[in-house]
Amino acid sequence: MSLIEMRDIQKHFGAVIALGGVSFDVQAGECHCLLGDNGAGKSTFIKTMSGVHKPSAGTMLVEGKEVVFQSPRDAMEAGIATVYQDLAMIPLMSVTRNFWMGREPVRKFGPLKLIDFETANRVTMEEMRRMGINLREPEQAVGTLSGGERQTVAIARAVHFGAKVLILDEPTSALGVRQTSNVLATIDRVRKQGIGVVFITHNVRHAMAVGNRFTVLNRGKTLGTAARGEISAEDLQDLMAGGQEMAELEGSLGGTV
Amino acid sequence: MRRPFSSLHTTGGPAMTATTDERVKSVSGFRRAMIRPELGAICGTILVFVFFVLIAGDTGMFAAQGVMNWTLVSAQFAIIAVGACLLMIAGEFDLSVGSMIGFAGTVIAIVSVQWGWPVWIAIVCAFAVALAIGALNGWLVIRTGLPSFIVTLAFLYILRGLTIWLSILTTRQTIIGGVGEAAQGDWLAWLFGGKIFGSLFVWLADANLIATYDRGARSGQPIIDGIPMLIVWAIGLMIFAHVLLTRTRFGNWIYAAGGDAQAARYVGVPVDRVKILMFMFTAFCATVFATCQVMEFGSAAADRGLLKEFEAIICVVIGGALLTGGYGSVVGAALGALIFGVVQQGLFFAGAESSLFRVFLGTILILAVIMNTFIRRMITGER
Ligand SMILES: Nc1ncnc2c1ncn2[C@@H]1O[C@H](COP(=O)(O)OP(=O)(O)OP(=O)(O)O)[C@@H](O)[C@H]1O
Ligand SMILES: [Mg+2]
Repeated sequence: MSLIEMRDIQKHFGAVIALGGVSFDVQAGECHCLLGDNGAGKSTFIKTMSGVHKPSAGTMLVEGKEVVFQSPRDAMEAGIATVYQDLAMIPLMSVTRNFWMGREPVRKFGPLKLIDFETANRVTMEEMRRMGINLREPEQAVGTLSGGERQTVAIARAVHFGAKVLILDEPTSALGVRQTSNVLATIDRVRKQGIGVVFITHNVRHAMAVGNRFTVLNRGKTLGTAARGEISAEDLQDLMAGGQEMAELEGSLGGTV
Repeated sequence: MRRPFSSLHTTGGPAMTATTDERVKSVSGFRRAMIRPELGAICGTILVFVFFVLIAGDTGMFAAQGVMNWTLVSAQFAIIAVGACLLMIAGEFDLSVGSMIGFAGTVIAIVSVQWGWPVWIAIVCAFAVALAIGALNGWLVIRTGLPSFIVTLAFLYILRGLTIWLSILTTRQTIIGGVGEAAQGDWLAWLFGGKIFGSLFVWLADANLIATYDRGARSGQPIIDGIPMLIVWAIGLMIFAHVLLTRTRFGNWIYAAGGDAQAARYVGVPVDRVKILMFMFTAFCATVFATCQVMEFGSAAADRGLLKEFEAIICVVIGGALLTGGYGSVVGAALGALIFGVVQQGLFFAGAESSLFRVFLGTILILAVIMNTFIRRMITGER
């Protein structure tokens, strides 16, 4: 059974049809890559999956049961954690405060319920170390971390809070080579723990490196899903760009794209 | 809530703690203690005190009565600065604080003197009305998506206008007296206008530690007859706000709401509720200020609280808060209020031209903000 299954999801923003019937599913322990060009609807799609948008039509099933998310909180409670493309972290705040945001551990001091910073700091350090990042101190502001480290904090947070499905929206788009391979290694590690990963990217090589299945979106529709080994990087690239045009472009650029 | 496999990994804990990263410079304890949001305000406070000890050290500014004088003024600033501080950290402004002070005071006077109701009911009414207006401010900001600067600027005018109109409508004048007499023996009025620890000061005077009156009806009594409740409120509000902000979940959400509202919403923080509550808290602080002032003067006046919103914002900014939200501290705002109060009263003690107060204040504001910006960049890695 799929961890999460989306059937014929549509999303309209006024006159704009951002999604025109997209079906998609994620199995436990797999990395399902969602590819597509700018504006294809990838972000919109995963935002419906994570409760930010309500679909205009279509059904969502979590472990076989139909669900309707009213808010991101509902999705989080159903085990769907999302690391967003643009806003993963609050840079002015410390790593610990970001890590626990919305689920701060509290301890009772008489009538007061105060954040248990001792536990919060310790767990944050442990989880970051497991992801291969040594923090100077947990009170360090997230703004002082590199882009890859920020992504890792967000992923570590999702995993720690028991995510069954982890959605990553272009986690590698702003990263250099080393940081990209760190994030890809993290994805691989998370997947091996039995979590289903949805990995959004423009970059076919990044997708090929960790993906088990590949779905290509184009102008709000799926062009199809292929399993690893069934499709080559070149074919994926073509699909993403809408096939024909890309082939022509590639010719004129001498096959360098 | 944790997945079972996490225990597999954490068993290796102790050995792992030894790992260090060669790229992380070890940071000395001193540097860590120094580099904090309030550093600019701490330096400013030291500077201001040194300055006034030098130029006004022999004027009685640092004798018991002088200390009480500037402490009281600083406490007034602190009460409104605490509200402005939390609201600014939550990413919003309230420019209607000053008008709210005049409005709340007038409500108390009209209900108690004109309507003849008990003063405690008048005070409860003022708080209820103020909290409702605070909530309305917040609701409008959230609902319209307009900057709070504009929405509360509108309320700056609306409330001031209403205050004058109501005052003239009911009493034909803009000053309503007689609250002092009405408040005699009222338990809630005492909570704002009373004094505590009177006997402590009698004891101090007996021990010759503070001066006594040597003439007149009160001859022999200490010149300070207790700590005004205004100061108790200031301290209470500062402690409350500091603990709330730094130690509680709600405090974490205040930072998040101002730091990045959308990112906070994505992780389930009720940003709208946090912001509206902070508008209400600001209104609450303004009303505490107004009530103390009405009890002190025994009257309400429609022009009370003029420019208080800016003074509150200045205290908060001197204290290291970021104008755009998400960063700041209550301790800093309290020091900002102290600087403000000491400078205002100190120049008076020193016999300086009162217009110099503004020059001095402007200079401190610039210096503190430059220093704060510099420190904040070090802490948060902003570029
Ligand atoms: N809130 C919105 N209101 C109106 N239109 C929207 C909204 N969000 C997205 N769209 C539109 O929906 C389409 C899909 O956008 P989306 O952000 O999902 O693309 P994407 O595949 O994530 O692109 P990118 O690779 O650039 O991140 C775009 O045409 C966009 O303009
Ligand atoms: Mg996108």
